[in-house]
Amino acid sequence: MNFSKCRVCGERAIIDLPRHNANFCAEHLQQLCRRQVEKAIADHDMLSKEDRILVAVSGGKDSLAVWDILLELGYAADGLYIGLGIGEYSDVSGEYARAFADERGLTLHTIDLRGEYGYDVPTAAKVTKRVPCSACGLSKRHLFDKAALDGGYDVVVTGHNLDDEAAVLFGNTLRWDVEYLARQHPVLPARNGFPKKVKPLVRLTEREMAAWCIVRGIDYQVEECPMAVGNKHLAYKQALNSIERESPGSKSAFYLEFVDKMSPILSGLNQAAAGALRECVECGSPTTAETCAFCRLHDRVGGHEPVPVEMVLSKKARKAYLAAQAVGQSA
Amino acid sequence: MGGEGRRRETGVVIVLLRQPTREVTVDGVRTVNHLLDQLDLNRESFLVIRNGTLVPGDGRLDDDDTIEIRPVISGG
Repeated sequence: MNFSKCRVCGERAIIDLPRHNANFCAEHLQQLCRRQVEKAIADHDMLSKEDRILVAVSGGKDSLAVWDILLELGYAADGLYIGLGIGEYSDVSGEYARAFADERGLTLHTIDLRGEYGYDVPTAAKVTKRVPCSACGLSKRHLFDKAALDGGYDVVVTGHNLDDEAAVLFGNTLRWDVEYLARQHPVLPARNGFPKKVKPLVRLTEREMAAWCIVRGIDYQVEECPMAVGNKHLAYKQALNSIERESPGSKSAFYLEFVDKMSPILSGLNQAAAGALRECVECGSPTTAETCAFCRLHDRVGGHEPVPVEMVLSKKARKAYLAAQAVGQSA
Repeated sequence: MGGEGRRRETGVVIVLLRQPTREVTVDGVRTVNHLLDQLDLNRESFLVIRNGTLVPGDGRLDDDDTIEIRPVISGG
């Protein structure tokens, strides 16, 4: 039987990467991924081997892949998983994170939002009447920053990949949100009570990260967050993938050239916009207000009667959620 | 596409899809890219897996193959 060949070694290819105009075998796909991460780390001075690294782990493909790749490259890293209380989805994601860590003898810290702070993401969404992604992102960022500082970590690593960054860039560009554009970068330096934060996967696509996990035998959560269905971020990704399909390499050029050419021009705005930071009167973390956004959220929703996921889904998300439930029940 | 069901018909490829999880059958032998096009799925957003191994876009699919088309895009 004819089969396509790996560009590097001529063995049987297992994946096509149109943006590289080539097919790759499992071994050389891994080599490509490792090299792209090494390049991102080197280009942006992200990490050193002496750094105490904390990886934000969700149980999904990207966070497990970045943890795996960093370990492969000789970095030492611990993980932190946050239980967001998004029903069964969160329960399952935590299991994948725990299994990955246990199989490799890695340190995985866990924080349970409901157990330790008296709320979860669906409840916060209901009470604040905002999209769940708002409370989710706010909570995760605050808790990762706090855990890094409390644990003496030098840097927080997240699994944001090229697709994620290109979609965020796309959304910010559609609105010409210059303030956000000025802040979008693979590295956020440490400052004023915030740890350094880096994104080593920004040169790699979601498809490549999924492939990494599959060839490495890493089990990860394939199911999507039920609260994310139909959101704008997904729509941006679909739009960009339509362009990428017609013109491979577009996402990479869009994002990486932005970082290379536009970020330096916009960085002046960043300096100007950085307001006076003080310590939150409740938790001490940096904020421009008297109380930080996390504490304001916590004060508002902590202790509220828990709200189930299905009560705060958008129409499209609810339809998908019920369909998934029906499949689960008939299995 | 043919009808779905647990009884396997010869000469078809059984395809496992997600979101929601479901099975469909597709007639005849195809390449992976041909199959994705037929199902109106963007190849940038999916990986194709057969017996635990990835299959590239120009990979041929045989009659009676069971494959998974796995979405790779996450919502944020």
